[in-house]
Amino acid sequence: MQKYLAIFQIRFVNSLQYRTAALAGIATQFAWGFMEILAFQAFYRVDPSSFPMTLSQTVSYIWMQQAFLALFMNWFFEPEIFNAVMSGSIAYELARPIDLYSRWFCQAAANRLAKAVLRCMPILLVAFLLPEPFRMSLPASLPQFLLFLIAVFLGLGVIVSFSMLVYVTTFYTLSPIGTRLIAAILADFLAGAIIPLPFFPQPFRTITEWLPFASMQNMPLRIYSGHIAGHDALTGILLQIVWLTILILAGRRLMSRALRHVVVQGG
Amino acid sequence: MRLYLKFFTMHLKSQMQYKTSFFLTAVGQFLVSFTALLGVWFMFLRFNEVNGFTFPQVLLCHAVVLLSFSLAECFGRGFDVFPQLIGNGMFDRVLVRPRSAVFQVLASQVEFSRIGRLLQALVVFIYAIPASGILWTWDRVVTLCLMIICGSFVFFFLFLVYAAISFFTIEGLEFMNILTDGGREFGRYPFAVYGKAVLGFLTYVIPLALFQYYPLLYLLGLETSRLYMLMPLLSLLFGIPAIAFWRFGLHRYRSTGS
Repeated sequence: MQKYLAIFQIRFVNSLQYRTAALAGIATQFAWGFMEILAFQAFYRVDPSSFPMTLSQTVSYIWMQQAFLALFMNWFFEPEIFNAVMSGSIAYELARPIDLYSRWFCQAAANRLAKAVLRCMPILLVAFLLPEPFRMSLPASLPQFLLFLIAVFLGLGVIVSFSMLVYVTTFYTLSPIGTRLIAAILADFLAGAIIPLPFFPQPFRTITEWLPFASMQNMPLRIYSGHIAGHDALTGILLQIVWLTILILAGRRLMSRALRHVVVQGG
Repeated sequence: MRLYLKFFTMHLKSQMQYKTSFFLTAVGQFLVSFTALLGVWFMFLRFNEVNGFTFPQVLLCHAVVLLSFSLAECFGRGFDVFPQLIGNGMFDRVLVRPRSAVFQVLASQVEFSRIGRLLQALVVFIYAIPASGILWTWDRVVTLCLMIICGSFVFFFLFLVYAAISFFTIEGLEFMNILTDGGREFGRYPFAVYGKAVLGFLTYVIPLALFQYYPLLYLLGLETSRLYMLMPLLSLLFGIPAIAFWRFGLHRYRSTGS
C-alpha cells in the first residue's frame, strides 16, 4: 500500500509544477463555462417548463464540470503508458516488484487529481462570487455534500478504470489511435460532458443512466447540484461501486491475459 | 502559387501513405462534431426554438461555422502547431529561406484528415438548405458563399494571431482556444443567443458574428438591407490587425537556439 501512496505522491507533486499552464487553463475554462451557461439560459427563456433541471442546478452543474474538468475528461490519456507499451520499455516495468495494474491506476488517478486540485479552487471561488443568475449555489445540506464527495472519488475510480481498459487494448492492437479516439468521444457524450444527461430524450436517457459512463461525472455533478438527492443518490453511489468493481475486474483480467502473451518490441 | 501546389500534393501523398491512421483520424473528427450535433438535436427535441430560430436554421449556422473552421484548419494547420516550430528552433531555418515566412508556415502542413469534419458540414448543409424554408434566390446563395469564405479567413487570422503570440511566449496560449475551438463549438447557435455583450464582442473585437449571425438574418429574410448580406466582407478587416500583429512579432523574434 505504501509504495502506491508513494507513486501517487510523486505524480501529484510533479503535476503541481505546471502553474502557468494551469492559469491559462483556468481562464479558458472560465470563459467556456460562461458561454455554456448563456446558451442554456437562452433555451430556458424559450420554455422554462421543458427544463429538466432548475436553472440554478444547471448553473452549478456547469461550474462544477469546468472546475473538475481535469478529473473527468475522457479524452485525456497518459502518453507515458502508451509509449511504454509501444517502445518496449514495459519490459522494465514488468521487472519491478509491483503490480502493473495498480501502478498505472495510481499514476493516472494522481495526475488527474493534481490537475483538478490546482484548477478547481480559483474557478469555484469566482463562481461563488458571481452575481445571480451566474452564481453557483451551495449544496443543499451537509449530508448531500458528503455524498457528493464520495461520488467524486468513485467517479474518478470509474473513469480511470475505464481508461485502463483502453490502455490494455494497446497490447492487442499496438496502434492506440482508433480505440482511444472512439472510446473517448463516445464516453464523453454518454457521460454528459456535452449536455447533461437529464436533457437527453427518453428512452435514451434511461438507458444511458444505467451505463458505466453515467457513473463518471454525471453522478457527482448532479448530486452536488441537488438534482439527485436522498435515496436516489445512495442508489447512484451503489451503481458507481458496481461499475467500478466490474471495470477493475475486467481490466485486471484482460491485462493478465495480455501480459501472458506479451511480446516486447525492440531491444 | 505553383510552389504551394507542389507542397500540397507532397503533403497529400505523404499522408496517404498511412491510410489507416488517416482514416481513423478522419472518423474521429467526424465523430467529435457528430456528438456536438447530437447535443444540439437533443436540445431541439425538447425546445422547438431558441431566440426565434428553428432547428434547421440553427443547423445552417452550425454547418457554416464547421465548414469554415475545417477549411481554415486544413490549410492553416501550420500556424496551429507553430509554437513547436518556435520551441525547437526550426523557425530560424524558415527565416533564411528566400520566401516569406507566412508562405512557408502555410506550406509546412496541410491536414487532410479534417475532411471528416468537412464531410459532416456538407451533410448538414444537404439537410438544412432545403429544410430551413429559405427561398434560395441568387443573392442568398451569394450570401451563403460569402459566409463560408469569409468565415474561413477569420478563423485563419485567429490561427495567425495564436501563432504570433508564441513569438513572445514561446509556448502556445491555451486561452486562444476559447476563440478558435470555442468559436467553432459555440458557433453552433446564432451568436445572438448568448446575449448582447457577447454579440457585441463578437462583432467589434473578434468578428465571428459578422459572418455568422448578421448574414443569417439576411438569409432568413429577417433583414432585407444589402448591408447584412455584405457583412461577411467587413469581417475580413480583422486581417489587418492580425497581420500587423504577426509582423510585429516577427520583428521582435529572438531565436530560442537550436
